Amino acid sequence: MFTEFAKEWEGFVAGQWSRNIDVRDFIMKNYTQYNGDESFLAGPTEATKTLWAQVMELSKKEREAGGVLDLDTKIVSTIVSHDAGYLNKDLEKIVGFQTDKPFKRSLQPFGGIRMAEGACESYGYKVDPEVSEIFTKYRKTHNQGVFDVYTPEMRLARKSAIITGLPDAYGRGRIIGDYRRVALYGIDMLMKDKRAQFDSVTGTMNEHNIRLREELQEQMKALGELKEMAAKYGFDISKPAKNAQEAIQWLYFGYLAAVKEQNGAAMSIGRTSTFLDIFIERDLKNGVITEEQAQEFIDHFIMKLRLVKFARTPEYNSLFSGDPTWVTESIGGVNVMGQHMVTKNSFRYLNTLDNLGTAPEPNLTVLWSVNLPRTFKEYCAKMSIKSSSIQYENDDMMRVTHGDDYAIACCVSSMRVGKEMQFFGARANLAKCLLYAINGGVDERLGIQVGPKYRPVEGDYLDFDDVMAKYEDMMRWLANLYVNTLNVIHYMHDKYCYERLQMSLHDRDVKRYFATGIAGLSVVADSLSAIKYAKVKCIRNEAGVVVDYEVEGDFPKYGNNDDRVDTIAVDIVEKFMGMIRSNYTYRDGVPTTSILTITSNVVYGKKTGNTPDGRKQGVPLAPGANPMHGRDTHGATASLASVAKLPFKDAQDGISNTFSIIPNALGKDMQVFVGDIDLINAADGCENGACAEPTLNTGIAD
Amino acid sequence: MNGYVHSIDTFGTVDGPGIRFVVFTQGCPMRCKYCHNPDTWTPKIGNQMSVEEILYEYDKCKEFLRNGGLTVTGGEPLLQIDFLTELFREAKKKNIHTCLDTSGIVFSRADGQIQKFDELMKYTDLVMLDIKHIDPEQHKILTKQDNANILDFAKYLSEKGITTWIRHVVVPGITDDPVYLDRLGVFLAELKTVKALDVLPYHTMGVVKYEKLGIDYPLKGVEPLSKEDAIKARDIILNGIKRARAEKLKQNKQ
Repeated sequence: MFTEFAKEWEGFVAGQWSRNIDVRDFIMKNYTQYNGDESFLAGPTEATKTLWAQVMELSKKEREAGGVLDLDTKIVSTIVSHDAGYLNKDLEKIVGFQTDKPFKRSLQPFGGIRMAEGACESYGYKVDPEVSEIFTKYRKTHNQGVFDVYTPEMRLARKSAIITGLPDAYGRGRIIGDYRRVALYGIDMLMKDKRAQFDSVTGTMNEHNIRLREELQEQMKALGELKEMAAKYGFDISKPAKNAQEAIQWLYFGYLAAVKEQNGAAMSIGRTSTFLDIFIERDLKNGVITEEQAQEFIDHFIMKLRLVKFARTPEYNSLFSGDPTWVTESIGGVNVMGQHMVTKNSFRYLNTLDNLGTAPEPNLTVLWSVNLPRTFKEYCAKMSIKSSSIQYENDDMMRVTHGDDYAIACCVSSMRVGKEMQFFGARANLAKCLLYAINGGVDERLGIQVGPKYRPVEGDYLDFDDVMAKYEDMMRWLANLYVNTLNVIHYMHDKYCYERLQMSLHDRDVKRYFATGIAGLSVVADSLSAIKYAKVKCIRNEAGVVVDYEVEGDFPKYGNNDDRVDTIAVDIVEKFMGMIRSNYTYRDGVPTTSILTITSNVVYGKKTGNTPDGRKQGVPLAPGANPMHGRDTHGATASLASVAKLPFKDAQDGISNTFSIIPNALGKDMQVFVGDIDLINAADGCENGACAEPTLNTGIAD
Repeated sequence: MNGYVHSIDTFGTVDGPGIRFVVFTQGCPMRCKYCHNPDTWTPKIGNQMSVEEILYEYDKCKEFLRNGGLTVTGGEPLLQIDFLTELFREAKKKNIHTCLDTSGIVFSRADGQIQKFDELMKYTDLVMLDIKHIDPEQHKILTKQDNANILDFAKYLSEKGITTWIRHVVVPGITDDPVYLDRLGVFLAELKTVKALDVLPYHTMGVVKYEKLGIDYPLKGVEPLSKEDAIKARDIILNGIKRARAEKLKQNKQ
């Protein structure tokens, strides 16, 4: 593909990556492991402090203004819609905002004009009538497309919330463009590659090929616009970045273009720290920059990621408990040869929590492995204690499936950067599904027929085998309806709200994960356990619908490392995933599921009636794969062991367990506890100063 | 063999290195004024568990304990030394790190007794020895027991080469006297196998249990020790160790 070794690459080891687009190969051939500690790190520069003070001031104003400081109501956001925007042009080492000024949210109606209007109105703004007219009369949105096609059954399932949180009115997100490509190759080479991809799609013009050609054409347009956007900031990004500052800037421009075009539920950045370290190392080696400057670039880059903002409705924010953007960055990890991938830049990213203070975004995620260097582990622990702002995920587990150049989208969804993407699919409420099984498809809250009119449970007491058989039937119905609903959604999203820029930073043929999700797993496990090991009596209303349960006797509860009930949870996950898999999925999507309702479990609980485990209507479901609150009585490891039994292969999109612990229960404070007291034995040393070992004798007078 | 077990914590992070499976045994002859587990005092009551049962429970969560191990605390575990020895022997067969958290109060070099301790030490990786007070008189006031056995046990561990961590609870107005803390340091200086010093600031989390058991709380009104004061206490003990060792070195040189 590329015959020449670009002059901007001087100093890098050549390889596959210099002939074809292959960022992973570039990283493997060029990155420098770092095994030392954090003592090399630099603090914030004066410019950083000034800029951050300005951000804090604007944040304060934003809060005082009720959550939104400024909002564009007229200009529809595209990659090139706005002029350059700055905090302070002279001080910013990394530049670029979504609109022409910081804290001004953009107008993004392609997902749905009503959502955009709603977001504006809830903050006292009004979308320009002309824009409303265009997106109602002339330009169809994703939301409109979906509702044109939805079946009555889909609408009902949505209303009753047995399927919920569907991305049918907002951007689906969970796609990570390989923004590193912009820095490593520059737009011209990326364009050349895309052109070749475009030319490679020939032959019969069936729907598949027509769509692919159209999409590739859109991707090329987006790349062109990206170049144009950078030019507004005075940068020519045609060629590869020639130094660290440019590399960070080019990469950020790629990401910025994505968030100008898409208001996705999660707009993650990828796995950039070790990649960028290669550029920084080269500059440091050449004496072009100092450590202070390197840190300043990273601080300013992270600052920009913290200022990504979208206009969203209060309902949306309540579902997600805040206004998250999920700018997830994946740090560290180990490569497939078993070597860790921690670099100095892994430290620099975490150091921003000191230099800029703590923040939930970007979502700094450490890909944890037993093989990470001890110094880095200790630094992570230290920064976690200080900031509570670092997320950890199991690299040793995910590497098996995704290799060593994957990243996390949103909170746990793993995908190879630039090679895999995900169709985000919200979740199905399995607790409610159990109630449907008992009531023959009648919704326990609404009292109407939502599911199929199967035979309801008869008699006063629930029988395990009877309920289980009915539950399987109902799950099969739900899985089918759920997947079909998602098929509609993703078809329309591709059609009316295609992620052209993000997909331009992908290979031609991507693997698409078709993500689904489960809510209410622990309620289901405990309910079935109650039915099996205790006696559960049905209480029916005048219409004959079971609306409450009386549990007689005790039963094993999920979260206590008790196989009697834990196997039920495992069984449900395996069964439901099997049912999901048996359905047709849009664009050959590979089905996955997740068990990770981290915040929305509260909303789902409100919409789920009394359950046979004794949980009352409205009580929140447990988050993710957590045991129900207060039911795990055998200590933390027992609770964790129950969760750990859930099969990752059937919940590949992630299993979450929310676990809080008071700091004092996490181990000794090293200031009170002194280890390695042996050093004192080197009594000779007391005369030549060895007793001044800081680990031991801090504060001791000689 | 069965032992009287008060309770088990599967996620202990403050009772030895790493994450630990902590067995609390039932029964203790000491009556420390600051004891936060008065419910473990009475011996030979409550739940009995066999060595197999305990290790079965351990196995169920061993994935979480890879860098930790088994800690037996109490109560006073040495009250059930035969049971304890079997538990540690079986644990060592499974390559589990064993830690004994004890006051050492029942230690004895008497014939028939010392052999039992020798046997136990074969399977003990770490002893966390809780020295309540260095002064015999003060020790008696604090715990209703003499400290001779305890200090002798410390020497025994040193002689046997058993890795030892020293724990010392510092209570405002009772064990925070610099003179005694320094004396403790001087005593510790003689021990060859002490690897760590764990100063435990007094806290009041045990008060609730006293109320439940209907026992008068002996330290009513005593405030928890601040972290600053705990660090001060630690430094005094460390200084004592250092000074004593330096002096000894000087003498040896002369």
